[in-house]
Amino acid sequence: MGDYQQRVILAKLGLDGHDRGIKVVARILRDAGMEVIYLGLRQTAASIVAAAEEEDADAIGLSMHNAGHLTLGPKMASALSAAGMDIPLIIGGIVPDEDVEELMSAGIAAVLGPGASAEEVVATVQNAISARDEA
Amino acid sequence: MGNEENQKLNAREAWELDYQKASLRDDNFETMSGVPVDPVYGDDLFPGQYPYTRGIYPSMYRSRLWTMRMFAGFGTAEDTNLRFKELLRNGGTGLSTAFDMPTLMGRDSDSEWSLGEVGRAGVAVDTLADMEDLFAEIDLSTVSTSMTINGPAATLLAMYVAVAEQNGVGPQQLAGTIQNDILKEYQAQKEYIYPPRPSMRIITDMVKYTTAEMPKWHPISISGYHIREAGSTAAQELAFTLANGFSYVEAAIAAGQNVNEFGKRLSFFFNSHSDFFEEIGKFRAARRIWARWMKERYGATDEKAMLCRFHTQTAGVSLTAQQPEINIARVGIQALAAALGGTQSLHTDSFDEALALPTEDAARIALRTQQIVAHETGVVNVADPLGGSPYVEWMTDEMERQAEAIFAHLDDLGNGSILEGTFTGIENGYFVGEIADAAYRFEREVNSGRRIIVGVNEFTDGDNPENRNLLRIGAETEEYQLKRLNDVKSKRNQENVNDALSEITAVANDPTRNLMPAIIDAVKTYATEEEIASAMEVVFGTYVEKAIV
Repeated sequence: MGDYQQRVILAKLGLDGHDRGIKVVARILRDAGMEVIYLGLRQTAASIVAAAEEEDADAIGLSMHNAGHLTLGPKMASALSAAGMDIPLIIGGIVPDEDVEELMSAGIAAVLGPGASAEEVVATVQNAISARDEA
Repeated sequence: MGNEENQKLNAREAWELDYQKASLRDDNFETMSGVPVDPVYGDDLFPGQYPYTRGIYPSMYRSRLWTMRMFAGFGTAEDTNLRFKELLRNGGTGLSTAFDMPTLMGRDSDSEWSLGEVGRAGVAVDTLADMEDLFAEIDLSTVSTSMTINGPAATLLAMYVAVAEQNGVGPQQLAGTIQNDILKEYQAQKEYIYPPRPSMRIITDMVKYTTAEMPKWHPISISGYHIREAGSTAAQELAFTLANGFSYVEAAIAAGQNVNEFGKRLSFFFNSHSDFFEEIGKFRAARRIWARWMKERYGATDEKAMLCRFHTQTAGVSLTAQQPEINIARVGIQALAAALGGTQSLHTDSFDEALALPTEDAARIALRTQQIVAHETGVVNVADPLGGSPYVEWMTDEMERQAEAIFAHLDDLGNGSILEGTFTGIENGYFVGEIADAAYRFEREVNSGRRIIVGVNEFTDGDNPENRNLLRIGAETEEYQLKRLNDVKSKRNQENVNDALSEITAVANDPTRNLMPAIIDAVKTYATEEEIASAMEVVFGTYVEKAIV
């Protein structure tokens, strides 16, 4: 990929204000050489789709800590496909293992749970992007 | 005899007089093996003496143990009401309410923002009808209730007052605390509605109302808990929290309130994390700093207005999703630090909370954990048992030194006003930047393996993810709540609602009037939380945080 810098959009979707994790992830991805666009709190599916389009993003990361992931994750995935955008969507935060399968079948590319290391975070984002590129 | 020795003798005599006046839980206090112990050791400063480093009461836990206050809330008001009654039956001595995200943000359950969040992380409250269910069959004249809510705190307090009134309990009988600490929302927890300045106006109105009408109520719980959870260091938690406290004091004084009157009503809420002595030093420093600033900077003369009373919760962020059972040990150690630090009330986290709201069994184990600290360890027999330890005294001084450096910075930012300095620090991203830096530093230490988190980056064998029993809140809660909200709206007198809401907007436009009576009138018409929030939003505007990484 040469000098191409991958662009990742990070956002908090909905009312959840827990932003410790997503800010740490933003710095981890930046340290790994990616360009990170953090949209901040209280984003909607529409505002994230618009930003992804404008920024020509390679991946989108959402952070969820309020047990709303089974509702909000699929909602975001369908908003992206409705907009005709094939961008890998990754969810990080408090997601019980047993919910991962349901999220994946709803079109979420990957889930990062509590305790994921910096290397896992970077690899997960990179793998999600290359899987999309190869598809 | 030298002057210093004389002073020490006087301090002891004064303390003995105070101690003799206190009523005690037992006639004699001894160790498990029958060794009698004194109420306190050391010879210069005593508990209950300014600046209260050693505790706010002369007899500390010999008179009364801390309040075991377990935070609870999930699903519908009826669900949480059952949990409340269970906790009271099990020996809990105070209620503590967790609201769901829409309630915390001033949104109704039928708002498009609420989708997927109703009843998930706390109990859903839209109207007075939900509050009636929440406290059904609980005697509000005897129980003490804590409500963790900030942005829409005035509305929830109004609902509590209205429910009590329906049951013949007047506001003067109500005991409890409403968190109502909006400054830390901009800094850490991010559950705000309006911009900082109008939010301070609402809080000042609440302080005025409760000081006049609710003598047993604490109108603000100045909270470091969330600052720490967001990633701050112990000293930042201490400093930002106390600086927020100074800001409320400055705002109340500016509004003509008497520092001795409202000073007695303030209370604090700290985190108890895993670094044992750092936490104890932090708690001791908090009391000393608060007393000094209240006396020297804000001119308090009543000793009760100088006391840093605080609630403590063990550190949710320290709980691991891996091998969750080992969290019980973490919570035990953190609870012990809180007791040794002299807390007035304590919530112990449940071991399964890294993944979901606690199950009933896990909540019971958490309560039992603090009961073990209180009843089996003997630490409650002697006030400030670690006072005088060179390390503990040094740590207390060090926490104070770091905090004072932060106060100096804020004072400078605000040209001699901590309140203005805090507003500036919110606007220029100082607080969120400091907290994010500290959180990142911690994460890098964990990632590099320099800092070991048992079960996460070391000692990872034995995790059994299949064997987990998590509390799940199903979609039926949302359906039930939406139906309930619809029913309430269809039965209420819409004209009364509209009038009450217009009145709130009118009062919001007039800074000389107090918002509380208008909000109490509105909740009685079954106006919803969001309708009330919107009636103020048209005047106060909304706050949007700049996204800084």
